[in-house]
Amino acid sequence: MKQKIITNLLTGMVGVGIALGAATAHATPEADRQALTKYFTEKYPNIKVDDYVFGALAFDPDSMSQYKAIMEFPPYEADIDKGRKLWETPFKNGKTYADCLPNGGKQIAGNYPMFDDAKGKVVTLHDAINACRTANGEEAYKVSDMKTMGLLTAYMRTLSDGMLMNIKVEGPKATEAYEDGKKSFFSRAGQLNFACSSCHVQNAGNRLRSELISPAIGQAVHWPVFRGGDNLVTLQSRYEGCYKSVRAISAPQGGDKLNNLEYFHSSLSNGLPMKASVFRK
Amino acid sequence: MNALRRNVLKGAAGAGTVAVAVAAGLLKPTLAMAVAPRSAFDTKNLADAMSGLGSAPADSKDIVVKAPDIAENGAVVPVEVISSIPGTTSIAIIAEKNTTPLVAQFDLMGGTEGFISTRIKMGSTALVRAVVTAGGKNYTTAKEVKVTIGGCGG
Amino acid sequence: MAEPMRIRATMAGDVADVKVLMNHPMETGLRKDAKTGQLVPALYITTVTASINGASVLNSGFGTGISKNPYLGFKVKGAKAGDKVVVNWTDNSGDKNTAEATIG
Repeated sequence: MKQKIITNLLTGMVGVGIALGAATAHATPEADRQALTKYFTEKYPNIKVDDYVFGALAFDPDSMSQYKAIMEFPPYEADIDKGRKLWETPFKNGKTYADCLPNGGKQIAGNYPMFDDAKGKVVTLHDAINACRTANGEEAYKVSDMKTMGLLTAYMRTLSDGMLMNIKVEGPKATEAYEDGKKSFFSRAGQLNFACSSCHVQNAGNRLRSELISPAIGQAVHWPVFRGGDNLVTLQSRYEGCYKSVRAISAPQGGDKLNNLEYFHSSLSNGLPMKASVFRK
Repeated sequence: MNALRRNVLKGAAGAGTVAVAVAAGLLKPTLAMAVAPRSAFDTKNLADAMSGLGSAPADSKDIVVKAPDIAENGAVVPVEVISSIPGTTSIAIIAEKNTTPLVAQFDLMGGTEGFISTRIKMGSTALVRAVVTAGGKNYTTAKEVKVTIGGCGG
Repeated sequence: MAEPMRIRATMAGDVADVKVLMNHPMETGLRKDAKTGQLVPALYITTVTASINGASVLNSGFGTGISKNPYLGFKVKGAKAGDKVVVNWTDNSGDKNTAEATIG
């Protein structure tokens, strides 16, 4: 299958049957996800939806075989062990993360981000971890710090491996946050003037110079990643990286803008299985 | 002399035959036996790295170098060398355009098969070359691996 | 003192399939520290040996071109489940590491 090499991305909003906000009274997150799935599967009928979790790798056997070779015995296993130690070490007051997170922290990552009605905002898994920390007398971690939150979640998220993404958007405030995330996703940014959708919807499966572009569906399930086998990157760090790549100033990690984006973006992967701490180029 | 030659020729592969050959003066002990000298690993000169592995190798179709067409990340390129040459005693891996081309050399003994799997660093598109020693002789095959600088990776 | 090696050794027919993951930065000496701009000194594994039940099966030399956290896979015919695999490495600073595993 020949890939189009794109040097000049077309402008324009998404023509995939998704609308923003109040435009369509019957639009739901599930309808959005289905519309996008239909768009991708029609464009690439030979790629199984289940394989979207592999992103660009699903489109390129040479890349996929390298991924499998590395995943057989990942070089970053010692880093995951560091994360395990962070997870299992009790707080100063003797309690552990397992004591304050739902289900002891197992098989929960797919529920995040969720909308916290009491707080009136989206809460990510990292927020939940920090809430646990502060409730037990510890300082919150900086969500962008790979040495703390990064390593901790590199292990902790593996406890949710296999869980299907399960983002719920219920109620008007949650919907508002979801729509804000959707708007970010489809809005152009930066000197290069690309939206997330410019690449990951309109040009999924195509090449941007040497890079194969992954479809938006399936992206949110596989974080954090270890780039090149040793460079730990969380999902919001990746958002920041993407914004930098289009020469935009990214909104801060852990703030409402990126949390809402993560809320929308994760919802697109509903029904797909999570797998944390994977290799990427 | 004839009896010794007959032993060398009919003997199975492995240390026994090579030892006989060395004793008979048919093989220099430094060639095709021990792990290459450190200088071979440190040299920036491809020809010097190759000569550190012993005699010039002959091309062989019985060696498979399994490596990607395009490396995902030049820091960690999975490479497998599979030799079906009987009596394989050593496998060396060279990345021809690396600053120091000799990446590793493995002496295999005690039943170890002609198979090595590892991950190497590559600075640029180059031939990844395997040099296999079997029966006191060197053989080689190579595969080109392209290395790009990632665009959006960041 | 380096982090421990991980060894996985399983039988496939009459061949022991041994996979080793070493923990080592494998610095080439050519990389500049992002913060200081100074060259990070070369620090890399130079030799790796392996034995099964005390008999040598692998004797190898590494250059700087092996990836960080070196991975090594090899196969030994005639080994059996229950045999003991021992892997040793030495690096250019003289640091050493050893690990063992039982073939499963």
